[in-house]
Amino acid sequence: MTLMKSLSGATAALALMAGAAAADPALVIDLGGKFDKSFNEAAWNGAERWARETGGTYKEIEMQNEAQREQFVRRMAETGANPVVVLGFQNMATLDAVAPDYPETKFVLIDAVVDLPNVRSVVFAEHEGSYLVGMMAALASKTGTVSFVGGMDVPLIRKFACGYAQGVKAVKPDATVIMNMTGTTPAAWNDPVKGGELTKAQIAQGSDVVYAAAGGTGIGVLQAAADGGILSIGVDSNQNHLHPGKVLTSMMKRVDNAVYDAFKAGTALETGVVSMNLASGGVGYALDENNAPLVSDEMKAAVDAAAAKIMSGEIVVHDYTTDDTCPAATF
Amino acid sequence: MERMPKWADVALVPLMSLMLAFAISALVIAAIGENPWAAIRTMVTGALGSTYGWGYTLYYTTNFLFTGLAVSVAFHAGLFNIGGEGQAALGGLGVALCCLFIPWPHWSLALIAATLSGAAFGAAWAALPAWLQARRGSHIVITTIMFNFIGASLLNYLLVNVLKPQGSMDPATARFAPEVRLPGLHEVLAVAGIPFSKATPVNVTLLVGLAACVAVWALIWRTRLGYEIRAFGKSEKAAVYAGIRPVRITMVAMLISGGLAGMMAINNVMGEAERLVMNSVEGAGFIGIAVALMGRGHPFGVLLAALLFGFLYQGGAELALFTSIPRELIVVIQALVILFTGALDDLVRRPVAALFRLTRKETR
Repeated sequence: MTLMKSLSGATAALALMAGAAAADPALVIDLGGKFDKSFNEAAWNGAERWARETGGTYKEIEMQNEAQREQFVRRMAETGANPVVVLGFQNMATLDAVAPDYPETKFVLIDAVVDLPNVRSVVFAEHEGSYLVGMMAALASKTGTVSFVGGMDVPLIRKFACGYAQGVKAVKPDATVIMNMTGTTPAAWNDPVKGGELTKAQIAQGSDVVYAAAGGTGIGVLQAAADGGILSIGVDSNQNHLHPGKVLTSMMKRVDNAVYDAFKAGTALETGVVSMNLASGGVGYALDENNAPLVSDEMKAAVDAAAAKIMSGEIVVHDYTTDDTCPAATF
Repeated sequence: MERMPKWADVALVPLMSLMLAFAISALVIAAIGENPWAAIRTMVTGALGSTYGWGYTLYYTTNFLFTGLAVSVAFHAGLFNIGGEGQAALGGLGVALCCLFIPWPHWSLALIAATLSGAAFGAAWAALPAWLQARRGSHIVITTIMFNFIGASLLNYLLVNVLKPQGSMDPATARFAPEVRLPGLHEVLAVAGIPFSKATPVNVTLLVGLAACVAVWALIWRTRLGYEIRAFGKSEKAAVYAGIRPVRITMVAMLISGGLAGMMAINNVMGEAERLVMNSVEGAGFIGIAVALMGRGHPFGVLLAALLFGFLYQGGAELALFTSIPRELIVVIQALVILFTGALDDLVRRPVAALFRLTRKETR
């Protein structure tokens, strides 16, 4: 036991020295796994892009349960990794507890704000991006009914849904927005079959554009929409290529850029709140050769005009999470 | 099978099943190009090689202890309670309400109240399936698993719409007051002068869990109620003939079972997170089934099995931290252990029993 202890102590010291020599950045991936075709995967892509471009190496770790939140972030800080990028709003409390113990380490929290001197909080204006794709949905819809499939009924997803509904109503005030959530357990983030069933039910109710904000479940939503002959809207990454000519657009949430920027800044990272909104290119809608035939010039002009107004502050899209209410939808 | 000595039944067979599971795990690890010996060493030193590792191992053990005991008690009454997940989640609600809205002067009072409240909520969540089983014959397996989903939905609704502090992104309650913070095991051991890592979530709930083991043992084997539960579980007809009321025993056994599952929440909600988060149970309810099966329904066996799964959880985390073995493989190892100790129990039991019969004949 004592030998074991001194051995592990020695490796820890070695790791610390190695860390001091060349501080590798670290990525702590939240529950849900790396390859979720969505949020986590986007973050991982950003880290990979940094590694390819700079030839650097980084540490990564995937959490498996709640008790590991503090454990893993602490371990990463102890190995000398700097900066440590932590994904997910669930880790607010984690960083509140861990960050003060490692004042020399810079932490980056994505999707929530922690007010500590060594933490950079990156928050995305998902409501602004969702507003724009909501406008496009309303403009593309012939039936006047559009729909939304969320993962779990959590505040973050309501923020997406609320922005979407506002965008739809801005174009067609009498349009109907059908909203469904996939489930009430974390399995809801990776249930393409249920996502597809919900989409079919929405098609039966007259929806002809569906927006998915449901992680891996969204794959099933996009598939069912393509099979059912209606348009769909992807989320987080550019998902236009999944069904060319059948995905109207994707609401881009550039988590990859947030991770890439943090890794690139390295130990010189500036802390504080970083807002990834329309103005800073943190959110937006995707336009490429796969959806070009679907997006008419008028549609593009209308959306770009609205985007300019949001950036200038002329249009204020309500953020559900500020007061837990939504003017355009009820939950 | 009857002639197998007791020590072989309770120790040899589970141990051999375990060895088989680990052997196959080693093959799988080797098949993906990793060194199985190094992997096992990482797991053992990571989970048991330091007080830090022990701290996490014992934290998980405490969770599985409660859910394992919960399943065991129902087992003795012949009831297969697979609703531990939902009962523990509702127990979490009971603990959270108790800690959030009552200003406790000291943690010890809060612990007693939270234990009772968690147990009451867990028992309440088991009551309806129990009643449906006792009165209507609706199968308890179906109803309890359905109640897991209803529980998840209920908590989802309450956390997002009612209990979440306004403006917070996180669907969780506010943090409990510092007065109700449970002392960690390191604070308990410090009284005895034993140094223990401070950075682990293991807390006084472990002692409550051990007390629950003793209480369950006394209940099942040393009380009249325990006798009735066992008699009912062995043969309902004989129990009825002996004057035992099936409805009463079904209800009581399930209430105790649900209460024990609910008590798990003092560990994960009050001891670790210090707030109620969504999905706080994380499968501990289901692990409890494996723990109870492996422990043969005996509290001491449950303790050992809970320790094993605690080791697998913490060792698995270390494996993920220090090797490139993907986390899915850790689930594979856990699944193999469950498979061999639970479902494929006869695979080892039959040959071993046959062997014993053979040796008996020879000695005669």
